[in-house]
Amino acid sequence: MHKLAVRFWSIVFIAIGLAIFAHKVFQLGIPITPDATTETWTIQARLAFTGNGKNIKASMSIPNITPGYIKIDEHYISGDFGLNAKVSGDIKTAEWAKRKALGQQTLYYRTTLTRSRIATNWTEVPEYPKAPEFFEPYSTAVDKIIEDVRSQSADTASFTYELITQLRSSNDNENISLIKDLARTDEQFANLITKLLSVAHIPTRKLWVVELADAANDIIPQVLIQTYNGEEWLTFNPKTGITGIPVNHLTWKIGNGPLYKLKGGDAAEIKFSSTKSFIELLEVAKLAAKEKGSILGRFTLFSLPVHSQNTFSLILMVPLGALLVVFMRTFIGVQTFGTFMPILIAVAFRETQLFWGIVLFAVIVFIGLLIRLYLERLRLLLIPRLAAILVIVVMLMLLISFTTSQLGLDRLLSISLFPMVILAMTIERMSITWEENGGKTALIQGLGSLLVACLGYLIMTNQHLNYLMFAFPEFLLIILGICIWMGRYTGYRVSELFRFRDIKTSA
Amino acid sequence: MTSFVNPLRLRNKGVLGINQRNSDYIMRYNKRKLYPLVDDKLQTKQLAINAGIAVPKLYSIIKYNHQLKKLETLLEEHNDLVIKPAHGSGGSGILVLTGKVGKLYKTPSGDLMTSNAIRHYISNILSGMYSLGGVPDHAFLEYRIKFDPIFDQVSFKGVPDIRIIVFRGVPIAAMVRLPTSDSNGKANLHQGAIGVGVNLETGCTTHGVIGNTTTTIHPDTGYSIAGLQLPRWKKILQIAVKCSDTVGLGYLGVDIVLDRALGPLMLELNARPGLNVQLANQRGLLANLKTVESMENIPAEVDQRVAFAQSLN
Repeated sequence: MHKLAVRFWSIVFIAIGLAIFAHKVFQLGIPITPDATTETWTIQARLAFTGNGKNIKASMSIPNITPGYIKIDEHYISGDFGLNAKVSGDIKTAEWAKRKALGQQTLYYRTTLTRSRIATNWTEVPEYPKAPEFFEPYSTAVDKIIEDVRSQSADTASFTYELITQLRSSNDNENISLIKDLARTDEQFANLITKLLSVAHIPTRKLWVVELADAANDIIPQVLIQTYNGEEWLTFNPKTGITGIPVNHLTWKIGNGPLYKLKGGDAAEIKFSSTKSFIELLEVAKLAAKEKGSILGRFTLFSLPVHSQNTFSLILMVPLGALLVVFMRTFIGVQTFGTFMPILIAVAFRETQLFWGIVLFAVIVFIGLLIRLYLERLRLLLIPRLAAILVIVVMLMLLISFTTSQLGLDRLLSISLFPMVILAMTIERMSITWEENGGKTALIQGLGSLLVACLGYLIMTNQHLNYLMFAFPEFLLIILGICIWMGRYTGYRVSELFRFRDIKTSA
Repeated sequence: MTSFVNPLRLRNKGVLGINQRNSDYIMRYNKRKLYPLVDDKLQTKQLAINAGIAVPKLYSIIKYNHQLKKLETLLEEHNDLVIKPAHGSGGSGILVLTGKVGKLYKTPSGDLMTSNAIRHYISNILSGMYSLGGVPDHAFLEYRIKFDPIFDQVSFKGVPDIRIIVFRGVPIAAMVRLPTSDSNGKANLHQGAIGVGVNLETGCTTHGVIGNTTTTIHPDTGYSIAGLQLPRWKKILQIAVKCSDTVGLGYLGVDIVLDRALGPLMLELNARPGLNVQLANQRGLLANLKTVESMENIPAEVDQRVAFAQSLN
């Protein structure tokens, strides 16, 4: 009954902990190593033109829905132009205006993006288009092609693919040759396909993508075609028929209009450039969590003020130390002074570093023991004696700090951070154990405490573990579950395997 | 010789480990609220007296420091006595005085103490030096055991005692603890006293262990410690059973001393008895524990349970 409840709770806690952990790693993309970084791209669109002295209105499409990428940052550099950015459906447009402008004008839009597993997708639902009109002889040819393609396809996706491959094929079908003559450039070709798809009542739109590359200037946007199958937008390359947005390409603009519009200026030119840099994955995860509106993402210690963050990064390590103590005592059978005193010593070691920590600890406890031995002869009452030891410990610390700073060993100054009360208690406990159970037991317990403290120090100062505990506080639930589970361990301790090694008779 | 033993072999030998003792026996059979009865030796003594169990006679109780002003008067009545903390654990904080020489008091080791030294000692007890967690404590003065002559040749200073493990009112194992020079006269196995296994049926000692090494002779006196017949064995078992009934703990260690004039006396009880009895007997506790645990009806009569315990061996 108890055993079942224990298993139940420990499994529940561990499962919840793991589930939150998995969610954060796989859904929000929080990295499991602190220094994991990821690539970011900064893409800049530069719109340059010459003002002719009239009212100027320039508008440019800018990225809005960017599947596979998440926007980290964006800037408009508008000079003395007024700026208005508006979103309609899937499309976002930046509009610059100025009453009068003469001469060379330059406007910039710059955005930084990174890959993200957070799926964003187009949401606009289009209406079914009216069939555009073709004149003879094209009209017959178009009908023929549509009929032909339809007979060889099953749905919107395969129809679009089939249409593109047929138009791209070099076979000598005269209908196709006739139609093909209508389109000379890639853009015209894309327009032609859009038009043909409209004849088949398939909603279509154009999609401009910009290739993301390191230190690339004069990137030429590529035109893709999207068709709507009643549920979602499908993307096709009009040159090859390949579906989907190519790798390393950012969706810049959606819609059939041009990339930019200009009123009141001449010699307009748009240029794209991109550079690559790196960003900590953690930053990306935070943005992704915000984007997704995840509660777990918002419940993060990274959002605390820095000094509380530091406190918590220490506090969160203490349960790991406690877990170690539980393990060392119930599974190994190491004897220590007090239950969690070794952990407090380990926390103190964090400040002094391991080697000097051990040296200082040993020195202070040793001198303290000698003095305590003398105090015993003075026959002081318990509490005043403890207080006296405390004062002596403080004086020893003072003395050590002073001498070491004279010797230029600055590291030892950190001894002041040693918990004096812990030291005084250690001395008292050790001397009583010494008297009652002999020096051997006192030494065994003293060394046991030091051993656990050292291991605790190694665990609690492990940078990776520290990061994990901080980024995934749900590990506390897992630790809780393990503690509960270990609480019902009734097997032998390793020390007992030694202690009872010689028992001969069997039951 | 291997240093470690395979846990499965240990299991086969029926050895009880600390984790299992704690979770399967102490936590299950010992109610927490009963602990104070055995942790406070004065309460234990009172309970035993009420139940008609023989204990060393209580001379006086010292609760406050100001009572120490009259220490000399108290020591006037009895100067052959033992001073103990009510909450001392593992035999700690015990001071034995054997008589008075002029103005000084003699200890078993032959040292002499002034009354001031004794006063300081008791005041240390009162301030909680020997109690768990340093909680202020009481001290008491009681009759000093003059142990049975059977132990004369196998004891060094101190008083040997008999530890009996009683489970659900049935004695399941016993050992004798003999002080040595190493243990400084204390009957504590951790400090080097000898643990000697006792045959439950006959009350005859088998062989002993010091630490982990088996021995058949006392290291200080050289006399054999095996084959000693404990006098009044049945009476000893009866006391153990009665103690268990009185205090109500299901898993209990009963410490009994043999006085040459008064016979077996209950010295103290322990709610968390150690596992050394397994070493002394070279035998695991689990077999007897399981036998008693599987019994549906434990006989009510003390004598029946004693008889049953004697059949366990």
